[in-house]
Amino acid sequence: MTKSELIERLIDQNEQLSIKDVELAVKTMLDHMTESLSQGDRIEIRGFGSFSLHFREPRVGRNPKTGDSVSLDAKYVPHFKPGKELREQVNDSLKNERS
Amino acid sequence: MGSLTKADMAERLYEDLGLNKREAKEMVEAFFDEIRMSLAENEQVKLSGFGNFDLRDKRERPGRNPKTGEEVPISARRVVTFRPGQKLKERVEAYEGD
Repeated sequence: MTKSELIERLIDQNEQLSIKDVELAVKTMLDHMTESLSQGDRIEIRGFGSFSLHFREPRVGRNPKTGDSVSLDAKYVPHFKPGKELREQVNDSLKNERS
Repeated sequence: MGSLTKADMAERLYEDLGLNKREAKEMVEAFFDEIRMSLAENEQVKLSGFGNFDLRDKRERPGRNPKTGEEVPISARRVVTFRPGQKLKERVEAYEGD
């Protein structure tokens, strides 16, 4: 499912809202989530999961083309931990395929 | 450090977009429900700019009960992984820590 397919599914469920409203709502929600993480805040969505930042130590990497070493600064990367409900539903889809 | 919740997201939809409070709350619920249902049907979710939710099938592997030390196999399972998109990665890298 892509972002535009997600928007279509939400439009089908919300007939009282205009297409524009739904498009803008999805953009607003994703921007809000990006903004929170980029300020170092966590996101906690019950049943779905949580997003947080993981710290990466500075390290010496290599340019894969030239082989030259490059020093890479410490940084934060986004991390997602699925919630219990999502984990179980996803795992059940595997079990159901096999039964 | 704060934590963003569905209530905060609904509040913004109410303030910025003028959805009424019920519509805003339902929109946030439906947004995460649709993503969850798609993943529960083994369908990858790609939200450009934000990131992709992928599914991976793991084979059974040997494990141990950490309390008793007893060997217990970890059964085959399907898991969700998240790969942040370019825009999200860049925005987060700019965070200096606190």
